[in-house]
Amino acid sequence: MSAQQVLMIIISMVFINNFILSKFLGLCPFLGVSRQTKAAMSMSAAVVFVMTFSAIITWCVYNYLLIPYKMEYLRTICFILVIAAFVQVIEMFFRKTSPVIYRALGIYLPLITTNCAVLGVTVLNVNDFFIKGSPVSASLFYSTLQAFFAGIGFSLALLLMSGIRERLDLVDVPEAMKGIPIAFVIASLMSLAFMGFAGFQIK
Amino acid sequence: MKSLFYEFKKGITFDNPTFGLVLGLCPTLAVSTSVVNAIGMGVAATFVLLGSNIFISSLRKFFPKEIRIPCFIIVIATFVTIVELVMKAYFPALSRALGIFIPLIVVNCIIMARAEAFASKNSILPSIFDALGMGIGFTLALVIISAIRELLGTGAILGISLFKSYDPILMMILPPGALLTLGLLIAFTRILKSKKQRI
Repeated sequence: MSAQQVLMIIISMVFINNFILSKFLGLCPFLGVSRQTKAAMSMSAAVVFVMTFSAIITWCVYNYLLIPYKMEYLRTICFILVIAAFVQVIEMFFRKTSPVIYRALGIYLPLITTNCAVLGVTVLNVNDFFIKGSPVSASLFYSTLQAFFAGIGFSLALLLMSGIRERLDLVDVPEAMKGIPIAFVIASLMSLAFMGFAGFQIK
Repeated sequence: MKSLFYEFKKGITFDNPTFGLVLGLCPTLAVSTSVVNAIGMGVAATFVLLGSNIFISSLRKFFPKEIRIPCFIIVIATFVTIVELVMKAYFPALSRALGIFIPLIVVNCIIMARAEAFASKNSILPSIFDALGMGIGFTLALVIISAIRELLGTGAILGISLFKSYDPILMMILPPGALLTLGLLIAFTRILKSKKQRI
C-alpha cells in the first residue's frame, strides 16, 4: 500500500474514470433524480453509503466463500443477491432507528438495487484487485477506497447535473428536446469537460 | 395471432426500449463504440430476456408476491452467468471488448421491467413474442447508435472503411459522442411521433 497508489485511485475514480461521465454506470438515477438538487443530495448520500458497504461485504463473500469452494463463476448471482439483501436490511434498520434518515433516503434505497454502478464497482474490484483469482495485499482497503471514491465521483456528476437542470427550467428549449434529450446533450458537454482529466498522472 | 404479432411489433416500433421507454441506457451507451460490439451485446441481452421471460411466465404462479423481485433477479442472474461463460469460452475477443457490461446485464432495467410488467402477468407464448420484440428492438437501437458513432468516429462500418480520405471525429467514439448521439436520436424520434399524431 503506497500513498501514490491511494492518490491514483482517488483521482482516477472521481475524475478520470468518473462512473457516470466516462464509464456509463448509473445513468438511470443520473437522469431520474437530477431534477432537484435536494433529491440529488439524498440519492448521492445513499449511493456512497451502499457502495462502500457492499464493496466490503462482497469482498468478504468472494474471498471467504467463493474462492475456497472454487465457485468464482457464481460471482454475478452472489453479488447481486448480497446487494439486494443489504439494501433491504438497511432500509428496515433506518425505518426502525432513525426516521429522519429514513425520510431523506427512504425512497431512494430500493432504487439502488438496480443501479448498475453498485454492482459495477464490486465487479471492478474483483477485476482490479484479485490477480488470478486471489487478492493482492491490502485489497480490502483498496476495494473500499475505490468504492467510496466511485460514489464520490457519482455524487459530483449528479450534483453538477442537478444544478444545471434547475436553471434549465427557466430556459426556452425546443419542444422535441425538452426533458431527457437536452439532459443527454448537457451530459455530453460535461463528459467532454471531464475528458480533460484523462492523461492526468502522478509520477 | 394478431395480438401475438402486436406483442412482437411494439418492442421494435413505438415501445422501443431505448428510444421510446428510455431504459437500459448504461450498456447502450458503453458498448456502442462499434457495430460488432453492439450486435454482440444485443444478442446477449435478447437471449437473457427470452430465457427470463419464458422462465418467469411459466413459474409466475409459484412466486410469492412479496419476494418476487429477488426471485426475478435470481432467474435473470442465472441466464446472465450462462451468457458470461459461453462468451468467455467461444468468443473471447468479444468478451474482452464488452468486459464488465456482460455481468451488468443483470441490472439492465429492460429485462427487469419486462419481467415485472409483462412476463409475471402473461402466459408463455405472448411472453416469448414480447421478449423477442423487445430484444430485437434493443439490438436495432444499439446498431443504429453504433453505426452512427463508428461511421463518424472512424469513417468505417464493421471495420470496412467507406471513404478514401476522412478525418475522423474522434469525439464520436469517446464517451461524449455516445451521450450526444443518443440525445439527438431521442429528440428525432419525438419529432417523428408528433408528426404522425398530427396527420
